[in-house]
Amino acid sequence: MDPASSGIQEPFDLIRLSLSERVFVKLRGDRELTGVLHAYDGHMNLILSDVEETIMIVDQVEGAPEGKGTVNVAKRKMEMLFVRGDGVILVSPPSRT
Amino acid sequence: MDAPTPPPPPAALSPPPPPPPPTLTGSPTDFLKGVVGKRVVVRLTSGVDYRGVLSCLDGYMNIALEQTEEHVDGAVTNRYGDAFIRGNNGE
Repeated sequence: MDPASSGIQEPFDLIRLSLSERVFVKLRGDRELTGVLHAYDGHMNLILSDVEETIMIVDQVEGAPEGKGTVNVAKRKMEMLFVRGDGVILVSPPSRT
Repeated sequence: MDAPTPPPPPAALSPPPPPPPPTLTGSPTDFLKGVVGKRVVVRLTSGVDYRGVLSCLDGYMNIALEQTEEHVDGAVTNRYGDAFIRGNNGE
């Protein structure tokens, strides 16, 4: 069995193939990261370097319909970051062609 | 119980049980194995949908998708060539 010509047998293979690459990480609490992946474990604890975090802050406007509040985006940069695995929703490696 | 099961007939008279229809056999695991390589929708507890080709999954229901589209309220909000979705976020 060779699913979709990628040579991936289990989901963690996707992460293993992304070591030393810049990855996109979607976190709980409307946060996103991009950074270079240095290490991970079975909990999806991650070590990233050269990280930019994007935090979406939705200000619910009084009387505005649900989900139509203004969205403020805060960004910050970190040299090195440990991410606890339970906050991870999605990890996307750089597109492999 | 409204309908108690009748006592079993003598063994010599009982016909062999009919084979169950093939579409109803198999465990959830068998089902998931069957949809690997197919287009699927993964819905998270947050309500976000990920539509893509299921490349594989593991016992924690960590999922690897290809050609993934992120849908929020019916609109595409992101596209990923590959995506790893951590198992605890599924619905």
